[in-house]
Amino acid sequence: MKVSIRSLLLLLLLTTSTVLHSEDTVYKFKDDLQEQRYQDLINELRCLVCQNQTLADSNAELAQDLRHEVYEMIVKGGSDDTIIEFLVNRYGDFVLYRPPLKQTTWILWFGPLLMMVFALFAAFRIIINRKAENSGMPVLSDEERKKLADLLNQPEAGGS
Amino acid sequence: MIRYTLPLVIFIGLVFLFVFGLHNDPRLVPSPLIDKPVPAFELPLLHKPELTLRSEDLLGQVTLINVWASWCVSCRAEHPLLVDLAGSSDIKIYGLNYKDERDDALMWLEQLGNPYAESIFDQQGRVGIDFGVYGVPETFVVDRNGIIRYKQIGPITEEDLKTKILPLVEQLKAPVT
Repeated sequence: MKVSIRSLLLLLLLTTSTVLHSEDTVYKFKDDLQEQRYQDLINELRCLVCQNQTLADSNAELAQDLRHEVYEMIVKGGSDDTIIEFLVNRYGDFVLYRPPLKQTTWILWFGPLLMMVFALFAAFRIIINRKAENSGMPVLSDEERKKLADLLNQPEAGGS
Repeated sequence: MIRYTLPLVIFIGLVFLFVFGLHNDPRLVPSPLIDKPVPAFELPLLHKPELTLRSEDLLGQVTLINVWASWCVSCRAEHPLLVDLAGSSDIKIYGLNYKDERDDALMWLEQLGNPYAESIFDQQGRVGIDFGVYGVPETFVVDRNGIIRYKQIGPITEEDLKTKILPLVEQLKAPVT
């Protein structure tokens, strides 16, 4: 009996503690729109501490602080643009998961396209070359053709 | 001929790309604050909480602002260098004590030496955000007019100091002609 109560308690502890743990600071918004904007923003901004995570995903202290900043600005009526500008002014374009199109990001935006054009061009050339090789091979002279026809006809003629 | 040279050219190109990548630390994000004025701040001093330091107080001299915390391991590695620098030169080093506890910070300085003219106490890390701090320690070189001229992310090494920071400070200190 004692054991079962203990294990029940343990079970309770284990389940509740994970629930509590996953519960980050809960922010209260005026309306759903604000909350939606908050969610959209933190899912589009990069945490600089763990660079492959968004502010939403990251548990780094800086990410928590920045989430708080974003929340405060939203509640105070800041527009998405001002919030993004706020962060870009401090951390650079790197905070954006969708970097802006400018001279320094041309390679980033058009590099893949360029690669694809290059790859298509290469594939095209290979195909053309192969076709040319293939079409060049089976050309037979008249003599050879006759010989071939004889060879093909012979066994059939002989067999019947 | 092109059949053999083309792969070679691509290979060499890739080698260069990878070598470039090796020497390029993705954690070092260029700061947009370079050549911009120091963010405005007013924070209490670490040692004298009743007094504050404001960004304007930095004007008129070339300063280093070093972001540190007692919980930061690389700060500990960097610290002797700063203590040496403070002892051997007249550069003013200000500390930005970032997201720390006052008692811990004070004890840290007592144990390891205090290279800072003053440290300001940013418990919430709010001024840290204005400075774009994301990896303590960070060090800013600020010129006479309060413009940030250089930012070091991560601990300063002896080499950084000799090849980048000190030459820049000397250059900034030179009288304006």
